[in-house]
Amino acid sequence: MTAIPRSTKDQGRSSKKPRKSDRTKAEIRLGWLLAGPAFFVMMAVTAYPIAQATFDSLFSFRLTAPDERSFVFLDNYLLLFTDGVFWRIFGVTLLITVVTVAVELVLGFALALVMHRALKSLRGILRTAILVPYGIITVVSAFAWFYMFDINSGFVNSWFSWVPGIDADLDWFSNFGTAVTVIMASEIWKTTPFIALLLLAGLAQVPDELVEAARVDGATKVQQFTRVIIPNMKAAIMVAVLFRALDAFRIFDNVFIMTAGDANTEVLALLAYRQSISRLEIGLGSAVSVVLFICVLLMCVLAVKGFRVDLASGTDTSGKKEGGK
Amino acid sequence: MKARSAGAAAAAAVLLLSGCGGEDEVPTLTWYINPDDGGQEALAQQCTEEADGAYQIQTSLLPMDAPAQREQLARRLAAGDSSLDIMSIDPPFIPELATPGFLAPVPDDVAERTTEDTLEGALAGAMWEDELVTVPFWANTQILWYRESVVEEAGLDMDEPVTWEQIIDVAAEEEKYLGIQGVREESMTVWVNALVESQDESILVDPSATAEELETNLDSEAGANAARIISRIGEEGLGGPGVASMDENQSMLLFQRDDGSFMVNWPFVWAAINAAAEEGNIDADIPDDIGWALYPRVDADTPAAPPLGGINLGVGAESEHPELAYEAIECIVTPDNQAEYFVTNGNPPSAESAFDDSRVEEEFPMADVIRDALDSAAPRPQTPYYNEISESIQGQFTPLSGVDEDTTPALTDTYIVEVLRGERLL
Repeated sequence: MTAIPRSTKDQGRSSKKPRKSDRTKAEIRLGWLLAGPAFFVMMAVTAYPIAQATFDSLFSFRLTAPDERSFVFLDNYLLLFTDGVFWRIFGVTLLITVVTVAVELVLGFALALVMHRALKSLRGILRTAILVPYGIITVVSAFAWFYMFDINSGFVNSWFSWVPGIDADLDWFSNFGTAVTVIMASEIWKTTPFIALLLLAGLAQVPDELVEAARVDGATKVQQFTRVIIPNMKAAIMVAVLFRALDAFRIFDNVFIMTAGDANTEVLALLAYRQSISRLEIGLGSAVSVVLFICVLLMCVLAVKGFRVDLASGTDTSGKKEGGK
Repeated sequence: MKARSAGAAAAAAVLLLSGCGGEDEVPTLTWYINPDDGGQEALAQQCTEEADGAYQIQTSLLPMDAPAQREQLARRLAAGDSSLDIMSIDPPFIPELATPGFLAPVPDDVAERTTEDTLEGALAGAMWEDELVTVPFWANTQILWYRESVVEEAGLDMDEPVTWEQIIDVAAEEEKYLGIQGVREESMTVWVNALVESQDESILVDPSATAEELETNLDSEAGANAARIISRIGEEGLGGPGVASMDENQSMLLFQRDDGSFMVNWPFVWAAINAAAEEGNIDADIPDDIGWALYPRVDADTPAAPPLGGINLGVGAESEHPELAYEAIECIVTPDNQAEYFVTNGNPPSAESAFDDSRVEEEFPMADVIRDALDSAAPRPQTPYYNEISESIQGQFTPLSGVDEDTTPALTDTYIVEVLRGERLL
């Protein structure tokens, strides 16, 4: 089923552009009428601010000193890339992204399998229960985690005092290791359901016949999983990883609420916030935002081109071929 | 159902329209207030009534913490928001808003009438470049709170001025905690500044210097003494295990405990501790065990310069009714209103005569100490770049255990200079 539209598309590319029929023209017109307003709104709320931020990033501009605005070209970027603080913050952001996405992928897979295999009568309750954390607003969950671990109001220290290293005097948010662990745990708790849901969709797409054929051929459970299920889910996995990685790289709420960047836990989005909003340095803050945007863009390009993730269909070409065989 | 809701909507629209039509003649002034116990809202209503139709004041609530209040005000002012008729402004942020002309000038006659008996420290916080740019409303300062039982045990005479060294020694000997603010927030700058000012020195070399020329004076004997006090408390763990997250409220909770000894804090703690005792959240005897004195000295022979806080009232340069706004401000800041505000909301007056009010003496037995403290209080560095200086100090002087008298002050100076010159990130 998936092979047919692609071949039509390929034919369309290779042959001379055919003359559009009245029906095609009407469909195109209807398409624009339906999608056009959304397209223009999207352009107004994304393209315009991005262009404005890029323009502002070339200036030294402090909101409370409007008369001193001056064009500095790439100086703001130079300052960022030559400052160790920026690279430390970049490293922390990357660490949080890699660790949370990796852990979420493993946990998400387990949850997806549980949801997939669950008894029909339990399926609804199970899916709802697993999705609850994802339904909670990030700021609210960040506060909940903060109050859980806070030395003054938290219960974790007293409940887990039997664990070596945890006692009543442990201030989780005063040093990097413990603070970043709590931040990542909160992030993982909150967004694992999202990855689980995407993987569940992938699991549902794996044809039962393939698994059955493998079983008949004598494949063990592990072999069925690694040789049949995972390869057929590659596209879904890549989409899940890409979406979560883009999200994790822009982490803000959890850090802002729990440490506000203390104990060296500052991340790129918080750096942009502090320069633009706290310091009112619009130029420098815009430069950080542009760098953050470029990082996200690079991750997207790397995934789409490098790993051939097709965001439109949720499948990749190699996956289709394997699936079709 | 539909018909009924449509009817209700139409009725609401009519009411709204007629309401708008009737109030059009009375100019509405918007007062951006910081969160309090409802005192500013009550004053707005009172002055609206007293204005007898000349104007009406509506309030708009600013965020909880002072830096977030500054952010909102600065962004609105920079965007030319004409709704900023009256603003409750924290003193350290006044130069930043006054320099670009975001504040409407205070008329001479208003300045004269509203500062007749303003306490010296509070007045200093309302000025910028020798000019009154805001009107002092209420003034805040920190005093030293102590547990009578602890000083009795240690034999410390609290009738005489005490030094930081003395209270640290007592806390260490008695194995008690000190209520200080060790969190990386504005309160850290408040503390460092008070320690430096208490030695007759200032953090800024020249407050009016531009960003390229501005320098700080922490790499000095005064800065080293300040760092020594902070680092000793950090190293000896006298701030308690949660010192890294200890703000004013947390230090009050620590002070209330059995292992509390001394605390430097704002007067709000008195009302809060009494309320906690009345509600049974803490031992009912604790308020009786609490004493107060002037802020501790750094040098035994030099009077302390306690921190200065509070709220001043400013008028936005783009306000459509600046004259009426100043008229309303004059109504708000009368000594009588300041006394009432102190009694009901716990925020001390900036006018000396307000302290003579009988209600004040009754509710705040330490009012005399607060008045003396306000007279000698020193504002934080007054410069348009205060935010950068404060955040740099907060970063370098936390955590307390990492502060080193030999390196931290010099590092902070260099850090501030590099940030202001645009050579490094903050």
